[in-house]
Amino acid sequence: MGQSEDISDPDLIKDLALRLKGLVKRPMKFMEVCGTHTVSISRSGLRSIIPKEIELISGPGCPVCVTAQGDIDAFIETAKIPGITVTTFGDLLKVPGSSDSLAGRRAKGAQVDVVYSPVDALQLARKDRSREVVFLAVGFETTIPCIAATIKDAARDGTGNFSILPALKLMPPALEALLETDIGIDGLICPGHVSAVIGAAAYKPIAEGFGMPCVVAGFEPAEILFALILLARQVNAGRAEVENAYPRAVSWEGNGKALGIMNEVFLQCDTEWRGLGAIRQSGLALKPEYNKFDAKYRFGIETRHTPEPKGCLCGDIIKGLDIPSNCPFFASICTPVSPVGPCMVSSEGACAAYFRYETGVI
Amino acid sequence: MRLENILLDHGSGGLFTQELVEKVFLPRLDNPILSEFGDSALIDMGPWGAGRIAFTTDSYVVDPIFFPGGDIGALAVSGTINDLCMRGAVPLFLSLGLILEEGLAMDDLEQVIGSIQAASCSAGVQVVTGDTKVVPRGKADKIFINTSGIGVIKNGADISSSKASVGDAVILSGTMGDHGATILASRHGLAFEGNLKSDVTALNRMIEALMNAVPKDAIHTMRDPTRGGVATALNEIARTAGVAIEIDEGNVPVKPEVKTACEILGLDPFYLANEGKCLAIVDEKAAESAVYSMRLMPEGRDAALIGRIKDGRPGQVVLRTKIGGCRILRPLSGEPLPRIC
Amino acid sequence: MCLAVPMEVVEIKDGDELTSPIALVELGGIRREIRLDIVDRLPHIGDYVIVHAGFAVHSLTKDEAEESISLIRRMADGWRE
Repeated sequence: MGQSEDISDPDLIKDLALRLKGLVKRPMKFMEVCGTHTVSISRSGLRSIIPKEIELISGPGCPVCVTAQGDIDAFIETAKIPGITVTTFGDLLKVPGSSDSLAGRRAKGAQVDVVYSPVDALQLARKDRSREVVFLAVGFETTIPCIAATIKDAARDGTGNFSILPALKLMPPALEALLETDIGIDGLICPGHVSAVIGAAAYKPIAEGFGMPCVVAGFEPAEILFALILLARQVNAGRAEVENAYPRAVSWEGNGKALGIMNEVFLQCDTEWRGLGAIRQSGLALKPEYNKFDAKYRFGIETRHTPEPKGCLCGDIIKGLDIPSNCPFFASICTPVSPVGPCMVSSEGACAAYFRYETGVI
Repeated sequence: MRLENILLDHGSGGLFTQELVEKVFLPRLDNPILSEFGDSALIDMGPWGAGRIAFTTDSYVVDPIFFPGGDIGALAVSGTINDLCMRGAVPLFLSLGLILEEGLAMDDLEQVIGSIQAASCSAGVQVVTGDTKVVPRGKADKIFINTSGIGVIKNGADISSSKASVGDAVILSGTMGDHGATILASRHGLAFEGNLKSDVTALNRMIEALMNAVPKDAIHTMRDPTRGGVATALNEIARTAGVAIEIDEGNVPVKPEVKTACEILGLDPFYLANEGKCLAIVDEKAAESAVYSMRLMPEGRDAALIGRIKDGRPGQVVLRTKIGGCRILRPLSGEPLPRIC
Repeated sequence: MCLAVPMEVVEIKDGDELTSPIALVELGGIRREIRLDIVDRLPHIGDYVIVHAGFAVHSLTKDEAEESISLIRRMADGWRE
């Protein structure tokens, strides 16, 4: 925001890195929950700047990566139905299902359109009433209110040929499920924009219940370094609290308006995550009064439980139990050109970020 | 994994395209001239009693056909001219092949041909042969254009990707990503208002000025970083020449509007197409005068020295990031897609 | 996850029962209309909004933005302590 130039000033970065170095007296392992953090860390070369003792691992915060194989297959099945235009964020286009991808279906004649906003998908439905427009709804708490507002729009003017296929996910239940087993991390870099909606307070049960330091971070390298400093200080002091290192976007209590619209349209439900399995109350379904906007009911689309590709480590990588370069497929049979698992497809997937920015493999 | 169908990615100019070339085209069509993989083919016509020529072809299928800063016609002329220039050739003649969709508005066709006229006149080349086909509605998208071009190599210039050597300077003739960002933004319904504008332009005058400004052998390599962007072109140079390249991100010019579009769409300007830019690998002693000569021309006013050829791991491109970190700059793998969630 | 960009508000169009309030926002010479229906605090002209998928998810004043940056600067200066 004009200031973004100021905070990428190499001298400021150097000072922050020195400050961090002074605080790190033993190896520390932090998880960046959010995929956009993963991309920012990789793209800026931040790993080459922070002390060697700090290990950063990626968490379950790439919505494409945590979408269950069965949901991906359902997306692709929907694209096969004649008369349907499937609309999607660009992120999903190349994710391999059990036998194909949306890009593959498009090559075989399916109508698959990339949109920037769910509102664009609704506009498409309004422009051509002869086609059914289905929006593939993936995302966390930042995206969900945008989708909810779009559904309310469609309901208000009675756009009958628009629906969504929901595979939406809530972050705190997944983090709690993840931390049920000891994954050996010293703290969480909490997602900045999810927190803009749910508020920093949402991590209080995690900090207190699991003794886990939680710091909400922005996305500029300086902001990530700032969050790492706060985390290292908590570790050194033996504290486990929620701190907000991204106050320009995140408040303690969150965005009540967005949460209100989300709760008006959606109900919490159990849902399946890739790598993490089924997690109670971690997903969202449309409320009964909005049922007609659910493509599952409209077109009788079934979501089956489909096994994940054998040998692929995406599940463990999402859980922070392993890093991409330990996967036997990584950079050999699994590359962005022919991805095996979703962490290689999504540009913010941990595998793709490692492959693009950090490996020396040619 | 063998794919059953052609994907859009195969036309992206990245690793998919490379795979197509290596697995489908080369095994059947290979010859010493083709396998050089230059922006154009350099042919020694000596055996036929003539000099050396550069020869190239390119097809243009851009959607939308009219975009801020230009249209498909301007693109078809300057793209082919630029491919010839990158081998140090003086472009002379173009062919023009048109595939028109039934129903195309005559006004649109006239506007496109008008752009072709303007672009070829200002670059000093002539369209000397052509062909027109019309296909039924839906079998093509409004208008597809193929242009081929011929140029002559004067003064024994010898410019190819294999000649980049350790110590050379890497120069970019201006801001990167302008064309790619403009097209993606207009295609993905961002409803942008603002000054995003394609950089489509013929580079032959600037290249001529550059070649006159430095000693004859000082320019080792030139590439126009079209599809796949600056990152992919640099990787191709590093691979072909068997050298490492180090780029200083802070010195790579990017327009603020392109930077913003990339931030909104989750894209990296290093992978976006350019249609009026040149990457030049020149002897370090000539670097300063090379940059200076480019900056004197309007199409090169933002030219900058962005990196060096290094004695590192062959084929590797390393980026020194703005914040002082370092990372690998890989070639594009598939079509760049906006990401959001 | 959740790519979002802060952009400056240059114009606001109020909504009615049928349409949502909309802001024209600007960054680096790029302008776009975005929706204001889920933003917690309606911005004023000159404020910034954080834009995700065509919606403002948060609004902040210039002062709030600068405060954040100076917090980081103060932390950076602290290593000499």
